[in-house]
Amino acid sequence: MGIIKASKLVFEYLKYNDEGKVEETSRAIDRVDLDVEAGQFIAVLGHNGSGKSTLAKHINGLLIPTEGTVWVDHMSTENEEELWRIRQKAGMVFQNPDNQIIGTVVEEDVGFGPENMGVPTEDIWRRVDESLRAVGMTAYRHHSPNKLSGGQKQRVAIAGVVAMRPKCIVLDEPTAMLDPNGRKEVLQAVRELNKKEGVTVILITHYMEEVIFADRVIVMDRGSIVMQGTPREIFSQVDTLKSYRLDVPQVTLLAHELRTSGLQIPEGILTIDELVNAICQLS
Amino acid sequence: MSIKLEHVTYTYSPGTVYEMHALEDVNLEIRDGQFVGIIGHTGSGKSTLIQHFNGLMKPTGGLVLYNGENIWGENYPLKALRSHVGLVFQYPEHQLFEESVLEDVCFGPKNQGLSPDEAKERAKEALAQVGLGEEFYSSSPFELSGGQKRRAAIAGVLAMNPDVLVLDEPTAGLDPRGRDEILDQIAELHSVRGITIILVSHSMEDIAKYVERIIVMNKGKVAFDDAPKEVFSHYRELEGMGLAAPQITYIMHALKEKGIPVDETATTVEEARVSILKALGK
Repeated sequence: MGIIKASKLVFEYLKYNDEGKVEETSRAIDRVDLDVEAGQFIAVLGHNGSGKSTLAKHINGLLIPTEGTVWVDHMSTENEEELWRIRQKAGMVFQNPDNQIIGTVVEEDVGFGPENMGVPTEDIWRRVDESLRAVGMTAYRHHSPNKLSGGQKQRVAIAGVVAMRPKCIVLDEPTAMLDPNGRKEVLQAVRELNKKEGVTVILITHYMEEVIFADRVIVMDRGSIVMQGTPREIFSQVDTLKSYRLDVPQVTLLAHELRTSGLQIPEGILTIDELVNAICQLS
Repeated sequence: MSIKLEHVTYTYSPGTVYEMHALEDVNLEIRDGQFVGIIGHTGSGKSTLIQHFNGLMKPTGGLVLYNGENIWGENYPLKALRSHVGLVFQYPEHQLFEESVLEDVCFGPKNQGLSPDEAKERAKEALAQVGLGEEFYSSSPFELSGGQKRRAAIAGVLAMNPDVLVLDEPTAGLDPRGRDEILDQIAELHSVRGITIILVSHSMEDIAKYVERIIVMNKGKVAFDDAPKEVFSHYRELEGMGLAAPQITYIMHALKEKGIPVDETATTVEEARVSILKALGK
């Protein structure tokens, strides 16, 4: 069993009427099975309302399954006594950095998590050092968070989660509000955490270019997993992805269009170098 | 008809230690019917700039002219200006508040002094323009999907019949299809109704696909103001400003370096496809 496992997971949102009776149920997650090995980088794609965020919130027990089970490091999220330990294993980073920063100085903000966990003071500072270094924000440790750029703020938010030493980090559209540079910085930090520190990453995003680094891509639609595979396998299916309201990176789309126009170019091209090489071989 | 900024400067907290120049000597003119994109990294002055277009912010130096008139001159009708130049903020759906979609969209025209019936007519028209049909009129705005909410909020500004529509990152957080739907509808407003569109975006791909002119803001100044092809040919300098060019630009430059005679100024997938096929003699 991997670090995150879901079995026949179902989640229903309930709508109550004025008398407090259930008026309507809508199924946001519909019998999802998932098994994530420790150290993997998983990307989750899906249109707005496809169930991505609802799934993410099950991974650290913010939501409890209506049916089925979710295990985080062998602990079921239904077991309330384990909830705090689960949340230390699986940290979450959300879309808006401004909603996640509470400290008035960067280093204090990063230290908040471990302090809450009762980590001894000298250990807290060591963790703050390490976490800031991991996201490349050491130079800003004495700065006020509200003077930072969006990408820098988001990296501080990630450092705050890293300081709790989670085995897994779930990032729910962490770059949606950032400019191109901020997006690059955050993605770089996440990839390094995954590679160097071996943290399992689950990245939810609408930016197809961010997905090409993942070990595995999961595509969700109407609460179910509808596609699963390596980025190359997924992005080879341009038309299927479009039917799920998704897209492919521009370079993949251009390769696909050239292929449709009769050029001998392989499907599932992911990088600029791959496409340039493929075209050079033809000329 | 145009919006014109002459030597516009905006300084936050002037004369204090917190003094910061958000805009410095900005000169530009946006003529009627243009489709303009504004790009710049976070903190480059984009949002400050667009709030000068309809008088939400008053420059600390320089002039803002709407159709040749100084909007900060005595007796200038600022309230009317705000109906002419409609501003759609980031995440505009956070400002939805009425019980039904139709009532929410009616709020603007009612505030302009229109009768309830006239306001309703305007609202219906605006909702049709963003692709929300009759079936949505009585829905609660909070029951809509993310993309639908966003469109309802844009309709709220459209219902005031603006001549100029300024949108601050209208596609942030939307899925790819939702993004295309909104941008296609904005492009249609531009081509069918002739509304001037000013689009602020972090997506170079979207900007390249839709606009005819790009204004690049950097450190409170206009760094470039030109057609997309020209602006993206400076992609190295754009990177230095925390920006980038569309992926296509990088592909075309790499091909050119390898000796394949493509048009390196192509910025969209279709332009690139045509140019590559031609270069390979297909």
